[in-house]
Amino acid sequence: MSDPILTLDAIATDIAQYHILKGVGFQVPRGQVTMLLGRNGVGKTTTMRTIMGLLRNKSGQIRFDGQEIGALPASARARAGIGYVPEDMGIFTDLTVEENMHLAAVSGAPDQARLDWLFSVFPPLKTFWRTSAGNLSGGQKQMLSIARAMIEERRLYLIDEPTKGLAPAIVATMVGALRDLKRQGASILLVEQNFAVARALGDKVVVMDDGHVTWEGDMGELATDTGLQERLMGLSMEAG
Amino acid sequence: MMSAAPDHSPTFARLTLIDRLGRAAPYLLVPVLVVLGFLAIGAPTSWLTLTVSGLAMGMMIFIMASGLTLVFGLMDIINFGHGAFISLGAFVGVSVLFALPGWTDAASLPLNIAAILLAILAAMVLTGALSWVFERVIIRPVYGSHLKQILITVGALIVLEEAIHVIWGGEEIFLIRPSELRGAITFAGAALEKYRILAVVLGLAIFFALRVVLRRTKIGLIVRAGVENPDMVEALGYRLKLVFIGVFIAGSALAGLGGVMWALYEQVITAGMGENMMVLIFIVVIIGGLGSVEGAFVGALLVGLLQNYVAFLEPKLALISNIALMTAILLWRPEGMMRVAKGH
Repeated sequence: MSDPILTLDAIATDIAQYHILKGVGFQVPRGQVTMLLGRNGVGKTTTMRTIMGLLRNKSGQIRFDGQEIGALPASARARAGIGYVPEDMGIFTDLTVEENMHLAAVSGAPDQARLDWLFSVFPPLKTFWRTSAGNLSGGQKQMLSIARAMIEERRLYLIDEPTKGLAPAIVATMVGALRDLKRQGASILLVEQNFAVARALGDKVVVMDDGHVTWEGDMGELATDTGLQERLMGLSMEAG
Repeated sequence: MMSAAPDHSPTFARLTLIDRLGRAAPYLLVPVLVVLGFLAIGAPTSWLTLTVSGLAMGMMIFIMASGLTLVFGLMDIINFGHGAFISLGAFVGVSVLFALPGWTDAASLPLNIAAILLAILAAMVLTGALSWVFERVIIRPVYGSHLKQILITVGALIVLEEAIHVIWGGEEIFLIRPSELRGAITFAGAALEKYRILAVVLGLAIFFALRVVLRRTKIGLIVRAGVENPDMVEALGYRLKLVFIGVFIAGSALAGLGGVMWALYEQVITAGMGENMMVLIFIVVIIGGLGSVEGAFVGALLVGLLQNYVAFLEPKLALISNIALMTAILLWRPEGMMRVAKGH
């Protein structure tokens, strides 16, 4: 395997008095989609927020492209090339779609060719360009959230449950967009509860439970072993 | 090569008339209050004088409140020390005016205005610079704790007021407006004080300048987004702390500007004048909606107009009119007239 884009080593993170991450360690290979799976409340979102720098790890190391980033603020990690789509989408509802996109283009005005590509992937963004983001539907907000992370090329995308609560047609749009991103060689760490989506996109799987990584391996191995699925997550991917 | 998604149909529901009125209601309150004032006062000349006076007062309160609402909205900081910047701005500005008697006593409007602008500039520079130190020393250690913020900023307010006593003495200082801004002009039979007209013009200019910065510039986008969801702004790559310091300095400089204007309005300054204004300023910030500059603008105009109308109609009720206004607005909209969405 080539050198990983991201390496987590024994990460421990607390939220208030609660120990959420208790020594999380895994690698995200360059140019692949790594699925972070596990039941609700096992620490997946905390892991994403810790990588992004929105939560501080009290111990352990986070290496991004070979550089230790654990002491950097979230803004510096973003500028280093990490794009983040939070679980709650993080849309600025008082801003228009256009303003949300312009804000996400940190290095200047958005590149028109990339914008055209995003319009082709997410047509509603063009339709509602001048509309307040607070007026969009849930699916449209999720499109905006992902498009915002993709408006500039990033070296790693952290995407937290992009299909949560969405209608099947919009889930298909999301999967299509992430496939496009994958085809372009992007490295993605994706939290996903929908196993069908996970299987469609994932190259590698990291399974978490109670603040630890309990399994790390290829998606092919997990997808074909229902016993392993049930043992790791209590669910069969066949159900998805 | 790229997959195209289906063109998802719009999901907008048609707004009812009540919804539309609800959204526009804060903007309609000012003209409604002006009309109600007209009906209650009866005499058009008195009404016009009181309306201009109320608008001038409202504009000055808005200038002082605008920075505070952004600081509160952006970083959740309750800063009672804001009042000290108003007082300090007034003392610095008045000192500059006293140092320029040739300009302030001259029968020349341009020279008079130039003296005021110089006084405002000095007040803004000094309060802005002091606020940078204030943020680093007083505010930074108490991020995230409202109780500590209140205690330490009230303490800082007292210290700064005492510092003003030490520098300028403990007595009230009286001043006279520059010569061409004294007295009133007569319009439609009503006497309109020249300085109040200037205050309305300056207040409007600052409001529209703030709107342009907040609506048309990248820094304005960052500030508006930061009020709603600071974590996400950081995650996009912006150092919000630097933006906050900039907003804090600008807000304190505006407080200094407001202090100079209030000094010329009242024609007397004391170290406690800013502290006394804080009640009205907090009312404006709360009824406007924390973090909303437009809300603070509408709120300040309502406070200024109501105070003037009620003081004319029933002076004893003037003391409680603004508290009653705040109560009524919070019963109607508990998060203020123009609530800023919070993303976390």
